[in-house]
Amino acid sequence: MSKPIPTDRSESVFEDYKHEYDAKQALIEANRCLYCSDAPCTQACPTHIDVPEFIRKIATGNLKGSARTIFEANILGMSCARVCPVEVLCVGDCVYNQMGVPPIQIGKLQRHATDRAYEQGWRFFEAGAPTGKSVGLIGAGPASLAAAHELRRLGHACTVYEKRPVIGGLNTTGIAPYKMRADRSVQEAQWVLGIGGVQLETGVEVGKDLTLAELEKKHDAVFVGVGLGPDTRLGVPGEDLPGVHGAVELIERLKLGKLELSGVKSALVVGGGNTAIDGVRELAGLGVPSVTLAYRGAEAQMPGYRHEWLAAREVGVAGAFHAVPIGFEGNARVERVRLVRTDAQKKPIAGSEFTLDAQLVLIAIGQSTLGQMLSGLSGIGVQNGSVVTDAAGATGRKGWFAGGDCRNGGKEVVNAAAEGKAAAQAIHRHLGGKDA
Amino acid sequence: MPDLSTNCGGIRSPNPFWLASAPPANSGAQVQRAFDAGWGGAVWKTLGVPIQNVSSRFGAINYSGTRAIGFNNIELITDRPLEVNFKEIYETKKKFPKHAVVVSLMVETEEEWKAIIKRSIDAGADGLELNFGCPHGMCERGMGSAVGQEPKVNERITSWAVEYSTVPVLVKLTPNVSDILPHGLAAQRGGAHGVSLINTIKSIIAVDIDRFVPEPRVGSLSTNGGYCGAAVKPIALHMLARLARSDDFSIPISGIGGITNWRDAVEFMLLGASSVQVCTEVMLKGYRIVEDMIEGLDEYMQSHGFQTLDQLIGKAVPAYSEWGDLDLNYETIAKIDEKKCIGCQLCVVACHDGAHQCIHPAKESPGATATRVPIVDESECVGCNLCKIVCPVPDCISLVPVDNGFAPASWNQHLTGGATLRPKKGAH
Repeated sequence: MSKPIPTDRSESVFEDYKHEYDAKQALIEANRCLYCSDAPCTQACPTHIDVPEFIRKIATGNLKGSARTIFEANILGMSCARVCPVEVLCVGDCVYNQMGVPPIQIGKLQRHATDRAYEQGWRFFEAGAPTGKSVGLIGAGPASLAAAHELRRLGHACTVYEKRPVIGGLNTTGIAPYKMRADRSVQEAQWVLGIGGVQLETGVEVGKDLTLAELEKKHDAVFVGVGLGPDTRLGVPGEDLPGVHGAVELIERLKLGKLELSGVKSALVVGGGNTAIDGVRELAGLGVPSVTLAYRGAEAQMPGYRHEWLAAREVGVAGAFHAVPIGFEGNARVERVRLVRTDAQKKPIAGSEFTLDAQLVLIAIGQSTLGQMLSGLSGIGVQNGSVVTDAAGATGRKGWFAGGDCRNGGKEVVNAAAEGKAAAQAIHRHLGGKDA
Repeated sequence: MPDLSTNCGGIRSPNPFWLASAPPANSGAQVQRAFDAGWGGAVWKTLGVPIQNVSSRFGAINYSGTRAIGFNNIELITDRPLEVNFKEIYETKKKFPKHAVVVSLMVETEEEWKAIIKRSIDAGADGLELNFGCPHGMCERGMGSAVGQEPKVNERITSWAVEYSTVPVLVKLTPNVSDILPHGLAAQRGGAHGVSLINTIKSIIAVDIDRFVPEPRVGSLSTNGGYCGAAVKPIALHMLARLARSDDFSIPISGIGGITNWRDAVEFMLLGASSVQVCTEVMLKGYRIVEDMIEGLDEYMQSHGFQTLDQLIGKAVPAYSEWGDLDLNYETIAKIDEKKCIGCQLCVVACHDGAHQCIHPAKESPGATATRVPIVDESECVGCNLCKIVCPVPDCISLVPVDNGFAPASWNQHLTGGATLRPKKGAH
């Protein structure tokens, strides 16, 4: 069972950045959809949701059918509706963009349909006839959830091993709360597992509490969906001072509990990716008076989504570009950050040091990879820390499959959902099943 | 500046835009506000023996989020006392002497017709419109469309009205007939100075799928009503043109049916209407729509060099012909402007499922490219127009004439003179 998360959490102060549609707004937007054929929005979606079809069903009042269309392609459609970077996926490819007409708000419409399913308790899928086969899944994040759901539809018994007490993976612990709060992710995970027949083992860390060999022995196939590891460190002096945190670690704390920020007047977030951008928006939203993002390159070079950075700018965060920390200073805890300017190649410029006050620092320069945990298993390739698989998710070791961040190096929830489902189908074939 | 002044069967108005006999022309205060807004005339809500109405009375058909593309009603003629109506007609005419106030009438016996016509003219009516069209309620009592569907009755009552009237008489025709011509001719034989068409079409607008009752719902029952609004325009245009091009029919026509804007009005006039009447769009949007109607018509006339309405009335009638006279050798093919195409591929799916399977996705065509601009297989395209109809981008798809080397030839010419027809396309 997943441990309930506290009701009093720092993230609870956030409201949705993208407001939900009410029925009339959804209807108007749905009716704008051109119902394209071979639609670019569908192609842009890693799970290939039939977007025009689910939108048409909203327009005709067939909300249940709309939700079915979404979940048929992506069982995590409820969270994806909220957390997908639609601006660079489906919405970004809406043909209306070609006309200079505002694109269809696909994410909001998907949320409208999927929220009704949760609200009304609609369920669409049943477990398949038992095959007698058993699959172990490592991690209870989006990839494993999508895989387990598909495996259950195909009749295979599933056991999910999760080292945390809560389920949902990064969807629960890492999503910016103005997109989705943790309780919603846990609710989704439970809804997905509601298909039945999935044994959930929380607080079990594979490799520690259960060896890989034991796992392999227990199951007919294994799916690895462990995601990424702890935050990468800068490796500069003072990084161990209290008040200097890995971003993913601190975000998890504000998602699942209360964060004490009363002494923090200035905060610095180091990095230029989406986690860094989430970090500055979250700290600003939690009332930190001065929040700065420091990135070693130019503003235009930030790897994070431009629309996310623009939204961060809207809430008043500052950007320090071509700047990289070289040390953290303070007595009992961090008080100042020493930085150095960088040149066009992002290399430090000698003599350009400067300091910024910060009582809180988030290091958001990436997460470590977990591929090495499989290094004891012959046949499994690991490249740049990620598990190597074929297109369907099969590793080089018979019966072992992988998907999600541990395979792709860290992408979106929707990628994890797509990879988990594809891997489940590959597992099914491996177990002697026919193509669904 | 073009002259918009109008003469329909001897009824004159400053412009051709009249309120049709319906709720927007129910009272003096309404008609006067309409005239202030710019309407050139009004056909007063039908007078007769005042009735009792039901609630609700209106229903609508929505399409893809657009509300009320079609409309229907089960309201009857005026429910206000006749003396109140006549007093308000008098006041309105006093205040607006140059505007057309036409009084719509519906009674049963000759004596009743004689009396109500006299009272209408005494009140200042510029013309009368005989309501032979109402397809609900009144027809069950032997009036309205029950009259309009019987040419002999139509002719007889028309002749009474013409005899007792000193002002022009229009006969409002019902579209609930298989052919409008005998009914227009009956009115003409009766001496009418013009006809108005169409009245509403007998209809059930919708069914409440949870209560299992048609709409509009009156308690637990409903009844058929009169269909109108934008969606009925094609039916009205056909009936209008059917009369306008008949050699036997020669009296003016006031056009009615789905007119929502100046473009619709121009279409009606080009097919022979001398004035146009509007109800539904006013009910939905208010009298204010007339500003754009006047301005749009004015600009249209200037752009074509028309000085008076006579120059455009009926101008498209000669081009309305029999199918058998159409040129079978006239050939067009679809061209897609790749600069304008947004890649929605609606033309592809429409052509594949609804036409001749000749527009293909670029990726499935020889020499496939990444473009989403579809490819038209010109050897198969029959020039049907469906792609252009579904394309959401204005002027992206055009139907371009092809010089196929064949002289024009119609089916009739082919039958009678053996004219050579081009080989059929897409007929394999």
